[in-house]
Amino acid sequence: MALTKNQIAQRIAQELRDKWYVNLGIGIPTLVANYIPEGIEVEFQSENGLLGMGPFPIEGTEDADLINAGKQTVTVLDGGSIFDSATSFAMIRGQHVQLTVLGAMEVAQNGDIANWKIPGKMVKGMGGAMDLVASAENIIVAMMHTNKRGESKLLKECSLPLTGVGCVTKIVTNLAVLEIKNNVFHLLERAPGVTVEEIKKATEGTLVIDGQIPEMRL
Amino acid sequence: MINKTVKNVTEALVGVTDNMTLMLGGFGLCGIPENAIKELVKRKVSNVTCISNNAGVDDFGLGLLLQNKQIKKMISSYVGENDEFERQMLSGELEVELTPQGTLAEKCRASQAGFPAFYTPAGFGTEVAEGKETREFDGKMYVLEPAFKSDFSFVKAWKGDTSGNLIFKGTARNFNPCMCGASTITVAEVEELVPAGALDPNQIHIPGIFVQRIFQGEKYEKRIEQRTVTPKS
Repeated sequence: MALTKNQIAQRIAQELRDKWYVNLGIGIPTLVANYIPEGIEVEFQSENGLLGMGPFPIEGTEDADLINAGKQTVTVLDGGSIFDSATSFAMIRGQHVQLTVLGAMEVAQNGDIANWKIPGKMVKGMGGAMDLVASAENIIVAMMHTNKRGESKLLKECSLPLTGVGCVTKIVTNLAVLEIKNNVFHLLERAPGVTVEEIKKATEGTLVIDGQIPEMRL
Repeated sequence: MINKTVKNVTEALVGVTDNMTLMLGGFGLCGIPENAIKELVKRKVSNVTCISNNAGVDDFGLGLLLQNKQIKKMISSYVGENDEFERQMLSGELEVELTPQGTLAEKCRASQAGFPAFYTPAGFGTEVAEGKETREFDGKMYVLEPAFKSDFSFVKAWKGDTSGNLIFKGTARNFNPCMCGASTITVAEVEELVPAGALDPNQIHIPGIFVQRIFQGEKYEKRIEQRTVTPKS
């Protein structure tokens, strides 16, 4: 069975490490906050100027002056802090944030990522994604393995305008966990019940399969 | 002490004319200078270039200026919440310069701090870097980005005093502090204007030196774009 969006987030949460500051993008990445492993301390950074982001507020306590980068009302945890946009990106560019999780429309086997524009069709802008991918030490892409037309999103080369070059190191999709090394995709784990053959078929880029590929544990 | 107060929004916007470049604080609809935007609509100032992270929604924020076709060019990082914006951009009526969010903030801050330009890794190898100078430092590639040049900054703070000192609240801070002192004239509107001396100097986020005009704003709507809540158990 392919993973649900929540399960993708759950698998990514296993990559969190103690004392990390983490920036979560909009969509599936946001869900990662629901699955922090027990016994570790992490803080979530929202690039609009918030560290120590907490869950959605209890109905009736929402504050128009406290939102996340997706413009959703949120809360701030004890020990959290608020700052301006330039300071926020100083944290990101200065590599004080240890992990970035974001979505993508395409990822290439050399680590290129495209997630901000479909020329002539969808032009919403890159937001903070270009700063994040150009700076983060660890970038995990959370996405579906194929697009709505069933075409692979893991490609030899991106066809859409790039967000960043050679920056993605890990990808968690509904089918698999993959790593990018030496300009090719390496299959690390399969979703429960998904075969290597199915993953191969859904991957356009070069896929290295080394030995027995274990199933993910959720 | 130097008094920066002006009577109202009308007086605050004296000197704003067509074809100017304006910076406007806010992230989404959070922390936007609501009073200044309404006044720009009322004055029918046209052909302006707006530097703002987002472009409002169809019927609020900068969306109001877009509806009246007062904006010639937008410089933003994300414009996804505005259908009219997307229509004007795709049809070519509106010029748009999409800029990475951190670069946008730093181009404001650089202007505030007197830097003509800076190198950033953001956008290297993408269309954002096309035609720009690039340079390698310690094995990593960077893009040279110039500071903004702008006529007016419109910012919104929570509290301010007559000397122009500002304190922001929550994530309504966002781009507002970076835009103070980044234009020829900075206009701050505040929810609560207090006499000089009423604010603790240790708690000031933006010193009054970066602000030329300050006024007490009114009728803040503070619209929420995405109301997400946990139900009361």
